[in-house]
Amino acid sequence: MGDESASVARLRDAVVLANGFPLLSGVDLDLEPGSLSVVVGANGAGKTSLLRLLAGLAGLSAGAGTVLGVDLATGDRRQLRRRVGWLGHEGSFYDDLTVRENLSFCARALALSTDQLDVVLARVGLERRADTTTKQLSAGQRRRLGLAWLLLRRPELWLLDEPYASLDDEGRTFFDDLLGEVVARGASVVVSAHDPLRSARLAPRTLTMSGGRIVEVAP
Amino acid sequence: MIRTALLVAAKDLRIERRSRVLLWQVVPFGVMALLLSGLALGPTRAGHSSAAPGLFYLVVVLVTLLMVNRSHAVESTPGTRASVATLGLDPAGVFLGKALALCVELWLTGAVLLAGSVLFLHTALHATLVALPGIAVTLGALAGAGTLYGALTSGAVVSATLLPVLCLPAFAPLLIAGERSYSAALYGGARMEWWVLTVVALAAYLCLGILLYGVLEES
Repeated sequence: MGDESASVARLRDAVVLANGFPLLSGVDLDLEPGSLSVVVGANGAGKTSLLRLLAGLAGLSAGAGTVLGVDLATGDRRQLRRRVGWLGHEGSFYDDLTVRENLSFCARALALSTDQLDVVLARVGLERRADTTTKQLSAGQRRRLGLAWLLLRRPELWLLDEPYASLDDEGRTFFDDLLGEVVARGASVVVSAHDPLRSARLAPRTLTMSGGRIVEVAP
Repeated sequence: MIRTALLVAAKDLRIERRSRVLLWQVVPFGVMALLLSGLALGPTRAGHSSAAPGLFYLVVVLVTLLMVNRSHAVESTPGTRASVATLGLDPAGVFLGKALALCVELWLTGAVLLAGSVLFLHTALHATLVALPGIAVTLGALAGAGTLYGALTSGAVVSATLLPVLCLPAFAPLLIAGERSYSAALYGGARMEWWVLTVVALAAYLCLGILLYGVLEES
């Protein structure tokens, strides 16, 4: 697999099957530390499957891959999952818990301090919704809650699946700025997006997917 | 493992306290089922029938299935499942926590149903109190078995149908032992052997859950 220590993630001919159906087939990918990559493609192109594989949420059916030094075929994917930050395009939290309770639960699960909880809520503009149950939040506010969790957690690898969905222009700009800060701090970020214009604005590196394959890497 | 168990149990109980599904849906359903059982026996026979312990456990099975479904439904939305997976929680701790929360909920529901048995089925109050330790252990074993089988069926499309089909054979020895123990407290007879059988079943289900819950979650 070559020099894996310098790479955050490396996939070679990676295949992911679900009930025999290929979600990813023959994917090669290298992610460098402190890089920001945007994955674009139509619905069903394999964007979410690629992010789930990188997060350790899906298993490798064939091929080879390492993420944060963990071998996807033979390594402990549970340990990998503890080190990545995942923001899915669905809701990510318990509906009947408040914003504060959700973050507190996640922080305690990872034995993280909750000292910064109010700080990150203020950072994402949810400080006044801290005691609101998650089911009362709008879709955009849920995105911000997910972002608050990632800010509290500070993972080495951020995997964001369609983070711009449900966000207004202000939210999108906020997201762009924040991702820039995250990358500047040395974390690696992979974002899936539908909008090629957004990807061009956000990142110098765009991966285009189609039919479960990366068909173009630009530049 | 214990820390994770307490964290998960506290979270599940907090969700339950806030959503009030137990209070407004499960308990009224159980009381109604018990009342109908009393009506089915008839006002004369209800006070003299030896069917009361069996009817009590029949209703307990129904509410247990509802509560197991509910317990896993809060984790089963795709976004929540993925996000919680990235916390990398110890599966044994998650199993114990969910079983503990379910056990507390079953104890609360069981207390109401026992009061209902005294009212609607005319079971003797003192003998019911004598039966309490055995009932508490049986409900604990049902919580352990239900949590294990709930994990087995939670990902299935037909989980609502599959859960009772799989659970009932697992519940059967517990129900027989529980019913025999409760009957012995009410009408006389040996209780200790049934109580020991239930304790052994509780220990077996807890061990199985600790060993298998992670595998079931991953699958």
